Amino acid sequence: MKVLITAEGKDLDANVDPRFGRAAFFLVVDTDKGEVVEAVDNGAGRGAAQGAGVQAAQTAARLGVSALISGHCGPNAFSAMQAANIKIYTGATGTVRHALEQFHKGELTPADDADVRGHW
Amino acid sequence: MSRIAVASGKGGTGKTTIAVNLARVMPGPVTVMDCDVEEPNVHLFLSPRDLQTEPVGIPVPKINTDLCTVCGECARFCEYNALGDMQTKIVVFNELCHGCGGCTRVCPEGAITEVDRVIGEVSRGKATDNITVITGRMNVGEALSPPVIRAAKAQAVEGTVIVDAPPGTACPFAAAVRGADLVVLVTEPTPFGVHDLGLAAETLAAMNLPFGVVINRSGEGDDTVEEVCHRHGAPLLARIPEDRAIAEAYSRGELLVDALPQYRDAFINLEQRIAEILNASGEES
Repeated sequence: MKVLITAEGKDLDANVDPRFGRAAFFLVVDTDKGEVVEAVDNGAGRGAAQGAGVQAAQTAARLGVSALISGHCGPNAFSAMQAANIKIYTGATGTVRHALEQFHKGELTPADDADVRGHW
Repeated sequence: MSRIAVASGKGGTGKTTIAVNLARVMPGPVTVMDCDVEEPNVHLFLSPRDLQTEPVGIPVPKINTDLCTVCGECARFCEYNALGDMQTKIVVFNELCHGCGGCTRVCPEGAITEVDRVIGEVSRGKATDNITVITGRMNVGEALSPPVIRAAKAQAVEGTVIVDAPPGTACPFAAAVRGADLVVLVTEPTPFGVHDLGLAAETLAAMNLPFGVVINRSGEGDDTVEEVCHRHGAPLLARIPEDRAIAEAYSRGELLVDALPQYRDAFINLEQRIAEILNASGEES
């Protein structure tokens, strides 16, 4: 399956960016192959005056991922992602590679609500 | 009928103190508009009665899903990300909407209409025969104050208008001071006060609005304020000294010109300076 992992860099060894809306990069990762399929620069989201979470959720929907793996997720991003039926896994730490391992081991559980407030 | 805005780059310098005491010494009718809508406090000093209150709303989009084809034009247009194109549906985030109405115009299907969302209120009442008080108040939890400020400013007025502006130099400040014949920038002679006075002065210069300066808690450091005035060619209109008695009267919600008559002349002089400047600019134009 295709997931979106927020990262500080473009490859598997980059650290997970704990923010969703204002993450540096969105990595589209094929979880079966363990490969980065696409790295999307989120400069626009980082610089957004407001609504970075909504913008990020739109990008996720456009990229056609079925899940998000990140550190945290705010309320607007959460409800936008729900509207697009994209699962949200928060609590990822370390490198993107480590986050993938966490995901495979079932250490990340799907979030049923936002875990931080807006403008976190 | 002239319009004076009392503003400050830094918060807590004494905008309201200047605005309400100035109103009190005005010879004719005056309308004080509290445009510090996040925390209005003019009413604490002027106690307007028989308040008439009306809600302030902004138009937010409502999407007719029968007509919407999820083309995403609205979301692409929205600078504020109030609309999210989630591929199978458009989601609306009302609290991010600035009410510009652009989405209704770019929607090729005519699927977006606007509905009113209340974000605050404006009230008006008489404090004295001469003084009308208009208060803008934003609801708790809201973030967008300019529409409430504009609603307060759109109220009918009597006599000279004194706008009590919100602190800072961003959109709420600009919304409050826009249209003023003269802006009175209140500052204190501290490094923070002087720094933010500089920011406010630059903003007003960019808006092409004339301004003068009042030094509150005047004393050590006045020369640094005078330097900013000199740089911008702005007159120094008054100095209000650092005096504990002023803070005490303020904390009791009293007007200085009533509680401490020794300061009455300072406000009468300020009123006259302002009138002179407004008269002179009126003759020029």
